[in-house]
Amino acid sequence: MKKILIFDSTLRDGSHALKQQLELATIRDYCDIVDNSVVDSVIVGHGNGLGASSLQIGFSKYTDKEMLIEAKSHLKKTKLGIYMIPGFGTIKDNLLEAIDIGVDIFKIGSHCTEADTTKEHIEFLRNHNKQVYGILMMSHMASPKRLLEEVLKMESYGAFGVILMDSAGFMLPTDVKERIQLLTSKSNIKIGFHAHNNLGCAVANTLMALDCGASIVDATVRGFGAGAGNCQLETLVAIMKRIEKEFDINLYKLLDASEMIKKIAPLETGVDTISIMMGVAGIFSAFKNRIRAVAKEFDVDERDIILELEKKKAIGGQEDMIIESAMAIVERNNNKKDKSTSFLETLS
Amino acid sequence: MKKINVGIIGSGNIGCDLLVKIQKSKFLQCSLFMGRNFESRGMIFANNMGINISDQSIDAIIKNPGICDIVFDATTAKAHKKHADILKNLNKFTIDLTPSLIGNACIPVLNSEECLDVQNINMITCGGQAVIPIVHAISCIKKIKYVETVSSISAKSAGPGTRANIDEFTQTTKDSILKFSNNVKKAKSIIIINPAEPPIMMQNTVYAIIDDTSNISTIEKELLKIEKKIQEYVPKYKIKYGPIFEENRLIIIIQVIGNGDYLPPYAGNLDIITSSAVYMAEKYAKSRLI
Repeated sequence: MKKILIFDSTLRDGSHALKQQLELATIRDYCDIVDNSVVDSVIVGHGNGLGASSLQIGFSKYTDKEMLIEAKSHLKKTKLGIYMIPGFGTIKDNLLEAIDIGVDIFKIGSHCTEADTTKEHIEFLRNHNKQVYGILMMSHMASPKRLLEEVLKMESYGAFGVILMDSAGFMLPTDVKERIQLLTSKSNIKIGFHAHNNLGCAVANTLMALDCGASIVDATVRGFGAGAGNCQLETLVAIMKRIEKEFDINLYKLLDASEMIKKIAPLETGVDTISIMMGVAGIFSAFKNRIRAVAKEFDVDERDIILELEKKKAIGGQEDMIIESAMAIVERNNNKKDKSTSFLETLS
Repeated sequence: MKKINVGIIGSGNIGCDLLVKIQKSKFLQCSLFMGRNFESRGMIFANNMGINISDQSIDAIIKNPGICDIVFDATTAKAHKKHADILKNLNKFTIDLTPSLIGNACIPVLNSEECLDVQNINMITCGGQAVIPIVHAISCIKKIKYVETVSSISAKSAGPGTRANIDEFTQTTKDSILKFSNNVKKAKSIIIINPAEPPIMMQNTVYAIIDDTSNISTIEKELLKIEKKIQEYVPKYKIKYGPIFEENRLIIIIQVIGNGDYLPPYAGNLDIITSSAVYMAEKYAKSRLI
């Protein structure tokens, strides 16, 4: 097996599961356990990355700076990484600060068809001699051919690799195969995969990506992440070890990390009914908790909101469309009521 | 009636939309449309309209300074850094549509008068034009502890310049919200480019954290007033939902439908910034023509 980079997003995607209330103590304990493990880098922070602590997505309990400083001081060998989506974070407010703290790896993301919004940031980081990777979110929404165009753009900006995110957990292994095969054969940089488990395919999809030549896996311990969660990292490396006996995994470290996360994970994680619905409709995983809250507040069926969001083709970061969808449903229901009232009036 | 000559630098979506609006104006006419490449879509568009075009960008004005009195810069924030000094030395009334924030920040409904007295005005961003008047109005009635705005635009309406400037867009919108609001200390702005087909209409969400619901009806009335004033120069600017009060925050959702001049109506983001810019140019022209 060629060298596979393992990116651990537990302390980033897991923030979504914690409604962004990740504790500094969790960062400290987690980093202590996984430092110097099979994991190449630990990505830390708000679920939507630097600068995303907001009313739109949810406020983090601690600032990006506090979280990164805590992680940095507990990682000796393993690299510290961040995620940032241009449009949320900026060079001036966020990237400069992260460089200052000593972040080693930068992942810059966009919706899967909008890679050109990452040019400025990838080039800026390369000019500062930083390791930078591109991320394409919601990659089920674009064809393999279109994804290749976007990957080649990121390659031209200087990205070391590009990771496809199946942000809605929509893909089946065949969808992964089509995409990863084309990307690994037609680009010159590393290709990676980040799965969500809405339809129960996260581990299988990641294995398929590896089989098709992917050389980065982006996963979380216990699958601890937004919505249904991600590819379970400790399971994945155990399987990788079975395939490649020489692969040195130190499984105990990851199992210890898994036990640790088990203690802080909220009960409502994993593949629940709303996650299945979201996986089928292809809705951004991080919307889950907000959909639940808004459905309750506006007294509408959360499944109707999901279908409305599918109709509106909402993408990552568009949490305001959840309220808008609920308002549209309420308006429609009221119109129906109005009509039925007037019908009743004609009877009386 | 005599018209004031204007030059447009930048042949992208914004430059072309400006051109269409200017040619409809009673007070303005485009005397030079500048880009870098005669083969670009925008240059061909302008040429077909019978407009005088140049592929020398700003150098065309340096060579022939008398060609126009007003210059619209529809290039990029980086390019405007160079253009600003040149246009200052030539003493051209400059309306900058990039998020450079070099000139005096301008929101027509809030500070058009003061902007006529300076040489270079900056139109901030499309999102800024949509949300800043709303934040300003609320902040004059109630103490806002924190304000956040989210602008969603269609991928089709975001040309290469807009994409290259997404960082400046985010930063400039936030900085300008703070500048124009009354005693607000903390703000954030977010932009999202959505590729859905058919394209989404430009939409903006404003969240403001406030203490309680007192004076909400005053806010409602004030927002309707400001909506009406903005409609004088952006006819299809509309508060779609709100103000909704949820937990400790006010939520207002604004939709901007474009006039369909250069791009179809989904490009409200294009329309709100070009309409604001042309409104300012007309105001300037009127003061000169009298």
